[in-house]
Amino acid sequence: MFDIERWQEIFETISKNKLRTFLTGLSVASGIFILVILLGIGEGMRNGISREFEQDAANVMYVYTGVTSKEYKGLNPGRQITMKNDDYGYISSKYNDELEYKSSIYRIWSGLVNYKTESGSYRVEGVWPDYQFLENASMTNGRYINYTDQENFEKVVVIGNKVKTDLFKNGENPIGEYLQISNINFKVIGVFTDPGGEREETRVFLPLSTAQLVFGGGNEIRNLSFTLEKKDNFKEALAESEQFTAEVSTYLKEKHTIAPDDISAVNINNSLENAKRFYDLMDMIKFFFWGVGICTIIAGVVGVSNIMLIIVKERTKEIGIRKALGAEPVSIIVMVLHESIFITTIAGFVGLIFSLALLEFIGPMIETQYITNPSINFAVALSTVFILILAGAIAGFFPAWRAARIKPIVALRDE
Amino acid sequence: MIEIKDLHKSYKMGSNSIHVLKGINFSVAEGELVAIMGSSGSGKSTLLNILGMLDEADQGSYTLDGLAIKNLNEKIAARYRNKFLGFVFQSFNLINYKSALDNVALPLYYQGVKRGERIDIAMSYLEKVGLANWASHLPNELSGGQKQRVAIARALASNPKVLLADEPTGALDTKTSYEVMDLIQGINDEGRTILVVTHEHDIAQMTKRIVNLKDGLIIDDTRVNQVRALSNV
Repeated sequence: MFDIERWQEIFETISKNKLRTFLTGLSVASGIFILVILLGIGEGMRNGISREFEQDAANVMYVYTGVTSKEYKGLNPGRQITMKNDDYGYISSKYNDELEYKSSIYRIWSGLVNYKTESGSYRVEGVWPDYQFLENASMTNGRYINYTDQENFEKVVVIGNKVKTDLFKNGENPIGEYLQISNINFKVIGVFTDPGGEREETRVFLPLSTAQLVFGGGNEIRNLSFTLEKKDNFKEALAESEQFTAEVSTYLKEKHTIAPDDISAVNINNSLENAKRFYDLMDMIKFFFWGVGICTIIAGVVGVSNIMLIIVKERTKEIGIRKALGAEPVSIIVMVLHESIFITTIAGFVGLIFSLALLEFIGPMIETQYITNPSINFAVALSTVFILILAGAIAGFFPAWRAARIKPIVALRDE
Repeated sequence: MIEIKDLHKSYKMGSNSIHVLKGINFSVAEGELVAIMGSSGSGKSTLLNILGMLDEADQGSYTLDGLAIKNLNEKIAARYRNKFLGFVFQSFNLINYKSALDNVALPLYYQGVKRGERIDIAMSYLEKVGLANWASHLPNELSGGQKQRVAIARALASNPKVLLADEPTGALDTKTSYEVMDLIQGINDEGRTILVVTHEHDIAQMTKRIVNLKDGLIIDDTRVNQVRALSNV
């Protein structure tokens, strides 16, 4: 490899056959280019989907109830199921050790919010302090609801960034200002922002206890939301969350006298399960992309191999001369192999650099729903380099073998 | 220098086997200039190929400078060719994308000589054949005679024991042929052993000994009074 003489031989051969070398390299370069672009897009899709899930805490479970669809223990189907505070209390105390964040939610249906002359209709919900983390919200101003607000039935609200810009048109600081929900005064204590975007920021939160008291909710709650303590690996986390949702579902069905196989009365949305589906799909797509890319490279390798065979054929006489002058078969094999690996590697690097440059400059501009910042990591780039060198060796091997077997006496015979 | 005893060689052509060499006994002393003559099909090229280790005999022994040449694998044959033999071909067989100088330096590359040294040696041989000014030219920029002289310089570059020339003047006109023969005679005068295969009588007369082959056997082996090529130019 580090034989300078051989490098000189190769450079000489290549520089004397520029077009041939260029055409050979082109197929490999485009193969690598396609592979890297495909992998980059695959990564972009992964990023895009990951971002979709970033909106809420990654392993959030969301419980909501509906109408029974089955007769059970003499009760008619069509009953509206409504969860109560003690449902939440039971689950949150029973699973206290496993749960990371927990909150029950009471939704106020008429969400008309006024501030001075401005008004808007927003989603207004009563929640527990943990809800901030369940929604992945972060405060830009002030604070979130806390347990003291909860205990004292404080009439305070936390508003989304969008709500703030809608209602506080003159840019005044909303903290400490009062706004009206259904004509009842609430003091603004915080403004939050949500990675889920504007839609998530058109929401208003108040303490659950206040919401139930002021808006006549009694002890009713609409939803439950939980996250489990983080686990080291995805599989473990998924298994635990599946067990948790199953147990919660069973408990709620027993409590509210619902048929165990009634799927419409109690619903649990497990984001981890959704995530798993997407990640599985992503893995499939990634696998497919690798497959397509490798096939492209194989086509390139076959092309290089073919061209090397033609080169060997073309150089039969030269190889014969070299052998007559004392070239050993090994040196002929090494010569052809070295040239082939050199061409594929250089061409491959050109393809790699072009595709990386494309991903680098065009990548960040791509912001569709499912593709975000297509890019490629170092390990993948490294493995494509490895593939390249391997491809060069494979492409060169058969032509080299054939070249080594050329008999000088046949090669030198006058045509 | 060369000792050949009872050499046989046959080729298979389909179902037929053609017996080309039918027991050649032949020896060449150091410093000889020998012409091997014969009509086509007489086996002269086959003999030269065996002498050049490009082909192997079926039977018989071949000794080169005291070294028995037998059971060669390709690797050893290549090494022996490189060390002991220099080839000159009818069609020159220069590598057409390499300059005259690089062509001459090629056998030295396979001997593992460093590039700088290689170029110096090659240059000295090009000077010897009178082509120092053409060192950087490609073969297709040279005339036939010049090409053959480059080929001779290349054959000499590895300082071989024996120079084997297969119809060295076959592709050249008479005047150029004589110039090439003059060069070969000059090299022989320095004491190098040279074998020339030819079918031209005037060329054969410029050697010191003529071996006549017919149907795979030596029918005549005579020493001749060498005609100096220069006197004919």
